[in-house]
Amino acid sequence: MNKIIEKEYFSDAVVKLVLEAPAIAKSKKAGHFVIVKSGEKGERIPLTIAGSDLEKGTITLIIQKVGVTSTKLCDLEVGDEITDVVGPLGKPTHIKKVGTVLASGGGVGVAPLLPIVEAFKEAGNRVITVLAARTKELIILEEQIHQHSDEVIIMTDDGSYGKKGLVTHGLEEVIEREKVDFAVTVGPAIMMKYVALLTEKYGIPTEASLNTLMVDGTGMCGACRVTVGGKTKFVCVDGPEFDAHQVDFDEMMLRLESYKPSEAEAYESFLNSNLKS
Amino acid sequence: MNLRGNMKNKERTQLVRVSMPEQAAHERNKNFTEVNSGLTEEQARKEARRCLDCVNPTCITGCPVNINIPKFIKMIEEGDILESARILKETNTLPAVCGRVCPQEVQCEEACFYTTKLKKAPVAIGHLERFVADYEQNSGQMSVPEITSRNGVKVASIGSGPAGLAFAGDMIKMGYDVTVFEALHEIGGVLKYGIPEFRLPNRIVDMEIDILKKMGVKFEKNFIVGATASIEDLKKEGFKAFMVGSGAGLPNFMHIPGENYIGIYSSNEYLTRVNLMNAADPAYDTPVISGKKVAVIGGGNTAMDAVRISKRLGAERSMIIYRRSIEEMPARNEEIKHAKEEGIEFMNLHNPLEYYADENGRVCKMKVQKMKLGEPDASGRRRPIPIEGSEFTMEVDTVVVSVGVSPNPLIPQSMKELDVSKWGTIKVDPDTMHSSVEGVFAGGDIVRGGATVILAMGDGRKAAESMNNYLSSVLDELTN
Repeated sequence: MNKIIEKEYFSDAVVKLVLEAPAIAKSKKAGHFVIVKSGEKGERIPLTIAGSDLEKGTITLIIQKVGVTSTKLCDLEVGDEITDVVGPLGKPTHIKKVGTVLASGGGVGVAPLLPIVEAFKEAGNRVITVLAARTKELIILEEQIHQHSDEVIIMTDDGSYGKKGLVTHGLEEVIEREKVDFAVTVGPAIMMKYVALLTEKYGIPTEASLNTLMVDGTGMCGACRVTVGGKTKFVCVDGPEFDAHQVDFDEMMLRLESYKPSEAEAYESFLNSNLKS
Repeated sequence: MNLRGNMKNKERTQLVRVSMPEQAAHERNKNFTEVNSGLTEEQARKEARRCLDCVNPTCITGCPVNINIPKFIKMIEEGDILESARILKETNTLPAVCGRVCPQEVQCEEACFYTTKLKKAPVAIGHLERFVADYEQNSGQMSVPEITSRNGVKVASIGSGPAGLAFAGDMIKMGYDVTVFEALHEIGGVLKYGIPEFRLPNRIVDMEIDILKKMGVKFEKNFIVGATASIEDLKKEGFKAFMVGSGAGLPNFMHIPGENYIGIYSSNEYLTRVNLMNAADPAYDTPVISGKKVAVIGGGNTAMDAVRISKRLGAERSMIIYRRSIEEMPARNEEIKHAKEEGIEFMNLHNPLEYYADENGRVCKMKVQKMKLGEPDASGRRRPIPIEGSEFTMEVDTVVVSVGVSPNPLIPQSMKELDVSKWGTIKVDPDTMHSSVEGVFAGGDIVRGGATVILAMGDGRKAAESMNNYLSSVLDELTN
């Protein structure tokens, strides 16, 4: 059991939870994720670790309400316990000193991006980060990202904050201005696909952190399989980070839709039952 | 107790082998209740009389965990079922499990005097084992093996599947302080996520695990050795030796076009969703796709489990597609028989070539090719050869790929000094199960690549015995 000791709303749909997980806090590195299951009948879902506090023995998770499981997690309060949390899973980010690192994060993808940005900065790189979201309210962790970046560019689809435009516009502005040695991107699959296409055009090596469906998360079920460079890879044990130019994002997006019809139905009945109670 | 004189051998051998009562096929293929319902006490005692209590019991040599088979069977004949259970548990930590899922027909029962010499049906050792274990579980008087003395030496099992549980059972009896680490949120490994309810109910597994808990075995769920903490970290916490039973891992795929479309699962995923996560029950949050036309690729026990689940989830056609003939199928005969009775279609000598999807990316058709058998290959089975021009397409809406697994990579990845084979299995000394790293033993699928519950248990027991020898000498050195 992992007790929640802090909760913060970033927006109506995005919640930060800090929970007790001393062993994970001790072992985790940038890029790692955990599998979380809440309640006896709950589903196992992967969530990237956004931060940790070794002294307090806690980890931070940032969750966006998209379906039944994420909504149940977001509805937990300080003092509640999450039944099962296991990790840290996946391979950590390969942090090295390369020169200038161009990071991009979209939506809640900024949460897992934060420890990666932090680590690249600490390794002595110049780090420029582009944060993107549909609208101002959905830009998260801006201040923390600022602390570990030499420059931050904000992009919103509707222009309500920062510059109006897509993440790729912000990236291209930097690439045309100065030499970029390495890029890293975390966000929705469609965003990472276009980031990959852009950096490929400019020949910049790029890592993408993939957020596929998972069940066990330990290399057993194969739900998370993706095609990378024409080969089947398992995100949970081979990833979650891969060479973005080799990832078949179209296939990944298709597989992410596997349960959309049944999920939508389950979510609706969950919301209805919540309204009644 | 010698019952040999109670009945002449000639009378004993004239008795007919009991048949296992089971749910009718047309009913059971719509529910998850156990197929076999177990022998009655009368049936069991009658069957027990068939056993000749041989002077040199060959059946024992056929058992990977060396159960004293005649002794427990004669105790049934005697009518002291609880004592029979106690005898079983001397060597077998999980009798209710083994009585259900062991392939007795190629182990103890194959070595039975009836089979080898009389050319008759063997004593139903497996059915009797299950009867005794169930009788004890239902009696409310489960015996907890006594632990004479505790030495306080900390040892760990990495994985709580059959290898880990058998290891834990033996080590705790020898007085060790045993902790079993499990990555998932449930104890039992493949017994929970892999084998379906209708062959092995989870509550049966839990009752056997409860006994281990009562004996003092500690279980740590949601703990991945090599990730949550390393073996080095655990050594610092006082653990002196480890048994790696982390099991089969990565599912194999065939790497044919379209294999990643929606509705195509590995058998591990399909079984885990249904068995471990209860996806078939709407009260649980985990979903599963299981359609009306389900093709399961493969011919092993896992393939049989998957295809029989698909029928229970409402498929109109549940098909096994296997590239060799039915004789070469690795599944137990009992599973094939049960599957056929339940209306499973067997497409033997067929091999998938490609999958096709509808506009939503959901699999809707597959192309298969007919095969014929050629000369025997390295496995001794006749090699399947494709028949040119025999390809055709058929409609499917769910596919389960059950063509084997590769070992779990987590432990080898986290211990660079560990010697592994080119397939990723941990290399051990076959006599001691000791790996290339001192104090680290291994057994079950992480060593064998893919085997049975009972072979994993045999490994666990062997590892326990040699770990005890190893620790005795190490600890002697430390104290001297």
